[in-house]
Amino acid sequence: MPKDHGIGASPKRREDVRFLSGTGNYTDDINVSGQAYVHFLRSDVAHGRITSINTEAAAAMPGVLKIFTGADFEGVGGIPCGWQVTDRHGEPMQEPAHPVLAQGKVRYVGDQIAAVVAETLEQARDAAEAIEVDLEELPAVVDMKAALADGATKVHDDLTSNLCYDWGFVEENKPAVDAAFEAAAHVTTLELRNNRLVANPMEPRVAIGDFNRGTGDSTLYTTSQNPHVIRLLMGAFVLGIPEHKLRVVAPDVGGGFGTKIFHYAEEAFCTFAAKALNRAVKWTSTRSEAFISDAHGRDHVTKIELALDAENNFTAIRTDTHANMGAYLSTFAPSVPTWLHGTLMAGNYKTPLIYVNVKAVFTNTVPVDAYRGAGRPEATYQLERVIDKAARELGVDPIALRRQNFITEFPYATPVAVEYDTGDYHGTMDALEKIADFSGFEARRKESEARGKLRGLGVNCYIEACGIAPSNLVGQLGARAGLYESATVRVNATGGLVVMTGSHSHGQGHETSFPQVIAEMIGIDESMVEIEHGDTDKAPMGMGTYGSRSLAVGGSAMVRATEKIIAKTKKIAAHLLEAAEADIELKDGTFSVAGTDKSVAWGDVTLAAYVPHNYPLEDIEPGLEETAFYDPANFTYPSGAYACEVEVDPETGKVTIEAFSAADDFGNVVNPMIVDGQVHGGIGQGIGQALLENAAYDENGQLLSASYMDYAMPRASDVPFYSVDHSSQTPCTHNPLGVKGCGEAGAIGSPPAVVNAVVDALQSGGHKVDHVDMPVSPSRVWAAMNA
Amino acid sequence: MSQVTMTVNGKQMSGDAEGRTLLSQFLRETLGLTGTHVGCDTSQCGACVVHVDGVAVKSCTMLAMEADGADVSTIEGQAAADGTLNALQQAFQDHHGLQCGFCTPGMIMSAADLLKANPKPTEAEVRHHLEGNICRCTGYHNIVKAIMAASGQDVSSIAAE
Amino acid sequence: MYNFDFEKPSTIADAVAALGAEEAQALGGGQTLIPTLKQRLASPSKLVSLKGISEMQGVCIADDGAVCIGGATCHADVAGSSDVFAGLAGLAGGIGDPAVRARGTIGGSLANNDPAACYPAGALGCGATIMTNSREIAADDYFEGMFTTALEEGEIVTEVRFPVPEGSNYQKFEQPASRFALVGVFVAKFADGVRVAVTGASEEGVFRWTEAEAALSANFSADAIADLKLGSDGMIADLHGTSEYRAHLVGVLTRRAVAAAA
Repeated sequence: MPKDHGIGASPKRREDVRFLSGTGNYTDDINVSGQAYVHFLRSDVAHGRITSINTEAAAAMPGVLKIFTGADFEGVGGIPCGWQVTDRHGEPMQEPAHPVLAQGKVRYVGDQIAAVVAETLEQARDAAEAIEVDLEELPAVVDMKAALADGATKVHDDLTSNLCYDWGFVEENKPAVDAAFEAAAHVTTLELRNNRLVANPMEPRVAIGDFNRGTGDSTLYTTSQNPHVIRLLMGAFVLGIPEHKLRVVAPDVGGGFGTKIFHYAEEAFCTFAAKALNRAVKWTSTRSEAFISDAHGRDHVTKIELALDAENNFTAIRTDTHANMGAYLSTFAPSVPTWLHGTLMAGNYKTPLIYVNVKAVFTNTVPVDAYRGAGRPEATYQLERVIDKAARELGVDPIALRRQNFITEFPYATPVAVEYDTGDYHGTMDALEKIADFSGFEARRKESEARGKLRGLGVNCYIEACGIAPSNLVGQLGARAGLYESATVRVNATGGLVVMTGSHSHGQGHETSFPQVIAEMIGIDESMVEIEHGDTDKAPMGMGTYGSRSLAVGGSAMVRATEKIIAKTKKIAAHLLEAAEADIELKDGTFSVAGTDKSVAWGDVTLAAYVPHNYPLEDIEPGLEETAFYDPANFTYPSGAYACEVEVDPETGKVTIEAFSAADDFGNVVNPMIVDGQVHGGIGQGIGQALLENAAYDENGQLLSASYMDYAMPRASDVPFYSVDHSSQTPCTHNPLGVKGCGEAGAIGSPPAVVNAVVDALQSGGHKVDHVDMPVSPSRVWAAMNA
Repeated sequence: MSQVTMTVNGKQMSGDAEGRTLLSQFLRETLGLTGTHVGCDTSQCGACVVHVDGVAVKSCTMLAMEADGADVSTIEGQAAADGTLNALQQAFQDHHGLQCGFCTPGMIMSAADLLKANPKPTEAEVRHHLEGNICRCTGYHNIVKAIMAASGQDVSSIAAE
Repeated sequence: MYNFDFEKPSTIADAVAALGAEEAQALGGGQTLIPTLKQRLASPSKLVSLKGISEMQGVCIADDGAVCIGGATCHADVAGSSDVFAGLAGLAGGIGDPAVRARGTIGGSLANNDPAACYPAGALGCGATIMTNSREIAADDYFEGMFTTALEEGEIVTEVRFPVPEGSNYQKFEQPASRFALVGVFVAKFADGVRVAVTGASEEGVFRWTEAEAALSANFSADAIADLKLGSDGMIADLHGTSEYRAHLVGVLTRRAVAAAA
């Protein structure tokens, strides 16, 4: 029977009550007394030199408080990059300056030229239209390969070229990899594009800067996944405000998916302007503005080669990827195509030799950074597409080919620098075969064919490295931050607990799932535990939520802090029960002395901590509050096997998803309902990438899909019910909960299944199509069928 | 500026509006009802759906003055006076039909509109009715399930309990 | 948005008078106009809402059997009148989404004449008459290319009269983002011939596919146009489909509409 409380139960989410009744507190719901509004004048050309900006007439317009331009930010820091990648030759990446407002040049459509602060938003917009900008338009660099050609226009004049870095991994393996290709019995090659996406959390970004002249304190309310990171980056690198004079609050946040990790210019601007004007300054992005100012995701162009021996064992993988950085380096951008991508190229397979080359390129486009999965979807897509192609070329069953090459012994050190602690890839594939009903597929295909439709089945596996990340390791890899997590557990006198976590919930349900862990550890009701997050004045320094890290890292910090609490309460209980501490047991919220009927309740012990009349004051302090910082020993490695069934309308090329099944191994699961929901959402986004979404630029650097009129978001009618399963569980070996993380799996695992299924469907109709780039739109499918 | 008066969730409310003031803006900024959200500017996402004279509309694509004298219901008016969630809201909680909560007010208001006209919709009808409501978190699975459950249908056979 | 005055007259005469003001503009359901205003792509001095004019509301049947739809009738009301004219009700029920259909009006759609809108295909496909406050305009004379119509400044579409065909059907292939028609085809079979109107495809806006009409008038079956191909010259090419693809879809959708209408 399923548990009804604690770890493994699925209690209803407590945060839902406020979201369902319209009483959430999102950043745009916050209005600070006397606030002014900012409107950013953004570039409508992709590349240009600003010869002059005349703000005189605009500044005199009604309601205008001040117009800021780049000149106002001379001497102010630029937006920092949090990761430095070292290239194949041991040189650091090229790192351009990233000003808050453009300094002399605009580098993408959306780049902010000036900011108008006025009494009302419409007044700010009116004045922005009156700013006279003289701009000398320059040729736009859009295509990555063209950007690297000799004589290409440079996005940044002070860099030697548009190449950010040329990364080889593992560089020393390259000769052996090349030799393995020479010796291969079969080589399969595939060229593909991982389409550029816009994350599109439904809540657009908002920033409100506030300043208290009386105390000298600055406050930023912002739609962030990691308020402490914003406090550190903005305070230390941009505005020079020490942490103790800067508070960052990220209240209810309406989805993030990566794009709300990064520190953005608008946050720094609002904080800066609030101090300059001694007034709160609010910015609310419109959706159209979000398309040209939120960091984009993906945008890799790759050639992958897979070498096999005569027995169809994988012997080597070689890839050549161009990764778009956009015009500036967003916070974690350099790490995505490198350490979050190259290290995953082994996938679930025991390929002994791998070489990954990545050229990161500056272009006149919106900066590109992490989006749900970040690097790992790109790795999975390449690998699982090339394996599928190899199976077709060799005439073998694609599942059998995968099974033959599965890693089966753990721990397993890959040739790309990571060590998988646990996994059971046959187990997840077995689970998939059960839920996806492969045996009934031929009958379903015949039924589709009878209706004039082509039906295809696509399968793939995935592995991801998440629970980000061991600080000492990422430090060696170029991270300019640690990636631990923190928790403070405060126990009140009457026994209730407040956990202040450095993790941040923007849909993940921490307020419900984190108490399940504590309730299990102490044996009390979950309602006795409250979770606080999202305010740097409350929680200890934490690194926030991304990379499927909240439970694996943040949850582990909470467990460590709770262990300290339990150790202390046992000392108090031993004193109260006049027993040896070693004999004290805590179960169901009661401390008892082993082998006796003597006991004391949790609430009596916590009361004693705050009313220490009968208390071992000589040994321990009164009070009950503990903090822990947890730094993981390794990444965690969730894995799984996914299957997609599609129907293709051969007349129109339209693809419909008929069924989608996902079997995942997340290790231990705290709240199955929430885990299922995370997988559903990831699959929805993966289907969106595979079928619909495409952030496309024209050759002049204009974004063609710059609103929901042209950027196709998945709707309810685009997807089916999903079958998900996480019964295959190999607990993580190095964190106290044995959990691996589930937030990104769906988005990582689903795109190749969709494309594999489409190719399968087309081939079943006699079309010699072995690849269609994402999004697999009706127009593209029709063109491929009629090529 | 002109004064606009409407009945919102059963109470008569008034405020000043310009010609260009959107209903969503009037609800959020003038009346302080921030449960209605704005997620796009091209009338696609549906986070702003409210009922005007009993019909679901996108409040970001209607002028406040167009709703002068109308009867408006918003997410804030859906639960009982003591805070008890209505059947549809409760089904969303029971079936995990929301994650970040941002699209949720519009989803609830659109779903309520559907169930009024079609008390026992099929899965396809639910999905079709949500054409103008975008959710980025749930992949729609549990939203569709919650709406069908709220209509009294047995959803236990739907995959992935 | 730039600011504007707002008026909501209750008669056509008052609306016409209000529209006499400099830079005044009629507001139907606003489902296209309001997003346009948000982008600051238009700056009317005054918006004159037509929603309060009761004589412009509703669906009725004229003495000659034509279906008359008031210019301010929303799509949802037309979609709900399938007993009166199923082909047109089907078209209206596929426009946008439920909340858009609750506001958007037939008059607004026809006055805007978006090249990917559905109603222009229905009106042209039926050979409807567009009734304005001052005259009657045959659909064949009304559509003058993308976003351009025969309407004069300040002229209001008060009613649209649709002769009801013996059989009709609208097939829409959605643009996946906007959910407008990537291509939409309305086929109407009348006693004296067949009309085929196409939206979404042409750079000139809605048009009649006369070759298909001739073939279908002789033999109203999908087979009659199985080999008929529309050239791709002048077809729209964008992110969502090439001009060749759109031309191809016109053929597919026309056949499907014929099969559904037959």
